[in-house]
Amino acid sequence: MGIVGWARWAWRLLTSMRTALILLFLMALASIPGSLLPQRGIVPEDVVAFYKENPTLAEVFDRLWLFDVFAAPWFAAIYLLLFTSLTGCVLPRLRKHLAEIRRKPPAAPRNLNRLPHHGSYRTDVEGEQALAAAQTLLRKRRYRVVAGPGWVAAEKGYLRETGNLFFHFALLGLLFAIGAGALYGYRANVIVTEDEGFANTVAVYDKYTPGSLATEESLHPFSFQLDDFNATYVLQGDRRGQALDFVARLRVQDRPGAPERTFDLRVNEPLETGGAQVYLLGHGYAPTFRVVDGEGKVAFDGPVPFLPAEQATFTSEGVLKVPDAKPAQLGALGLFLPTTVPVGEGFGSAFPGMINPTVNLFAYHGDLGLRKGPQSVYQLDTDEMTLAAKTEKPLNVGETLTLPEGRGSITFTGVREWISLQIAYDPGRLPALIASSVAVLSLVLSLTVRRRRVWVRLSDGNLEVGGLLKTEGSADGFAGEFGDIVTSLRGVVQPVKE
Amino acid sequence: MPPAQADTGLAALSDQLILFTVLLYVVAMFAYAIELAGARARRTAQKAKTPALATVGGDTAPPEAPEEPAGPARASDRLALVGKAAVWLTVAGWAANLGSVVTLGLATGRWPWGNMYEFVLAVCLTAVTGFLVMLLRHRVRYLGVFVMVPVVLGLGIAVRYLYVQAGPVVPALNSYWIAIHVSAAIIASGVFMVGGVAGILYLIRGRQDEKGLLSRLPSREDLDRVVQRTIVFAFPVWTFAVIAGALWADRAWGRYWGWDPKETWSFITWIVYAAYLHARATGGWGGKRAMLIQLVGFACLLFNLFGVNLFISGLHSYAGF
Ligand code: HEM
Repeated sequence: MGIVGWARWAWRLLTSMRTALILLFLMALASIPGSLLPQRGIVPEDVVAFYKENPTLAEVFDRLWLFDVFAAPWFAAIYLLLFTSLTGCVLPRLRKHLAEIRRKPPAAPRNLNRLPHHGSYRTDVEGEQALAAAQTLLRKRRYRVVAGPGWVAAEKGYLRETGNLFFHFALLGLLFAIGAGALYGYRANVIVTEDEGFANTVAVYDKYTPGSLATEESLHPFSFQLDDFNATYVLQGDRRGQALDFVARLRVQDRPGAPERTFDLRVNEPLETGGAQVYLLGHGYAPTFRVVDGEGKVAFDGPVPFLPAEQATFTSEGVLKVPDAKPAQLGALGLFLPTTVPVGEGFGSAFPGMINPTVNLFAYHGDLGLRKGPQSVYQLDTDEMTLAAKTEKPLNVGETLTLPEGRGSITFTGVREWISLQIAYDPGRLPALIASSVAVLSLVLSLTVRRRRVWVRLSDGNLEVGGLLKTEGSADGFAGEFGDIVTSLRGVVQPVKE
Repeated sequence: MPPAQADTGLAALSDQLILFTVLLYVVAMFAYAIELAGARARRTAQKAKTPALATVGGDTAPPEAPEEPAGPARASDRLALVGKAAVWLTVAGWAANLGSVVTLGLATGRWPWGNMYEFVLAVCLTAVTGFLVMLLRHRVRYLGVFVMVPVVLGLGIAVRYLYVQAGPVVPALNSYWIAIHVSAAIIASGVFMVGGVAGILYLIRGRQDEKGLLSRLPSREDLDRVVQRTIVFAFPVWTFAVIAGALWADRAWGRYWGWDPKETWSFITWIVYAAYLHARATGGWGGKRAMLIQLVGFACLLFNLFGVNLFISGLHSYAGF
């Protein structure tokens, strides 16, 4: 066996049904670790936690791509093999089916009474006339019909194989659509505070993950202004504090110079603009502060996004940094309580909505350490700072924490809300939708249509009918249909009266 | 947006109806069991030989020959009566089950499958619906007891361990997609369940010439046909449910597929059932092996419903209960 022989053998093996079955199983098996172990693409923080708990095991898992199962080379190998097998399987079937569609139903076999469905009776209707009536009857039942000397052959149900082929091709199409989307699309996250704007450029994103073939031009130049965000919660009963609805009111400009339109962004209602989708993922509070420094100048005036530390009460934490303050830089750690109630000795939040907002502050002066390199906006590096003052009692809106020794003051001026957004562009979305719709529809055809043949033969006044179900399953369904055909035939080609 | 507070009167009615449902299903289960236990061994081997010879008498004879056991007429009449009563009890239980789901929906002003408890109630409803619909067209009364066992178990677990008071759902579940995606998943799961039950019986049944209690079960051919029918129906519905889920994920989470554990397991389930269909289509893997694949698929379905919610956390808001 030469190279060609081997290749042919391998190809035949790969495209055999048994291989397809095994590959299907492998694909199912290979997905399992992806659901049991934390995945980097979904919950990166859990992967980090796993590393902390089991460093050696994590190292081994990582080497096997078990934290990135769906991007693993071995996972790709399985589905590429499966889809190669699929291609190799459906292309010859397509060729065969195209030929079959054009072919006429085969001539009647000699012995119709050997067929699984069979009936006969005597008639004195003249031959030509009887067969013509049988043809009309079968045509009316949407059979494809041919006639020969003394017989009629009919076939129906080609749509089964057509549907099956469409289904398998649709799966191939789906794979290409998903692949194209991953290559040419991008995904990004950003936080926007009320009364702030957003323009779609890479620079403003907090996180940006482009596909490997996405470019700066893939970013559609839309912009919007966040006018207002509103969360509604259950006020009473067992589910007090459960969120009911989130709405973000946006004023959107689909491209520079386009007219502005308003849009209510909700959890299940993304903003669609220029091919991209903008989704509401989360929300939080951004208390606003005015900081006056030691020289009496306003060194900061604006909102500071705080991160919710507790979903049930929206107790939030955040950091205020004032690098422009003089003579020394100022910073503060803050704890925000949207609905403040006394808890034990201190205070806590009782509800995620904002009913009685207050903020606790720990103010520092010194060096923020910004020269050392990039910092998280949610962390305060107090290595070179000293605690200047802290709030004895949480500040209400309008109240001020004055720092001793003339170092300035921090005023809690109000609260805005922020929303976190995901901006996604996936050019494979629509093709994937079309492919999967075709898949479902053609699957129904493939599973419900039955391929069947019916023959009628007349010789010496003996009329014989035979039926054959070409596809297995629901033979009894065909038995019913066959019975109907025989009954109708007796109506148009009358039997001899006994 | 549905009301923040459920109607307590209707919610209480729903709770009572579900207890009533369980009661009716349990009695029906015993009645089916009595009928089956009293039946003689089925002489399946003969009748399987000649599956569907159309009688040329003109009428469309039922393809399956009657399965009445030959025996003292009165005893078998009495058994048949018990069997009929079981069916009517099932219908009554089904009505109560439906009533419970509907009143829950009315009480909360939303689609009544927003958490595990409600989901299990609806799956049991569709499993029984699937069984009753099959009863209309095929002789599958013998399946009754085996369908009732998991349904009663499921409802029992739901009432005892999964119960949550009727109320609103989180905003992510507040979408018309819940009507499309979850309904399709519920219908497919219910029908897959009937197929799973028939598949287990197929394996228990063993060879045709068996003696004793097992011989009272229907033949492997009959069971195989039941399984094939349920899966041919449920597989496209499941495919649709997965796709509708992807569409919803696209609206809610900004991607249509993200390998969330629930997505992953519905994909695994789908692949395994597709493997079953392929196995049946190839000569070598039919029969028992295909049946085993089908049961693996069913196990994946159950794991997706219970295992994923209990052991793995993901984005699906069903997870917490
Ligand atoms: C992505 C993986 C695949 C899926 C989800 C899939 C799914 C299906 C489904 C649902 C059917 C209908 C079964 C029926 O008509 O009873 C089917 C039929 C079929 N598939 Fe696939 N398939 C896949 C891959 C393949 C591959 C790789 C091959 C080639 C080896 C293949 C060959 C066939 C054939 C020949 C049939 C016709 C069976 C028949 O009706 O007689 N499939 N497939």
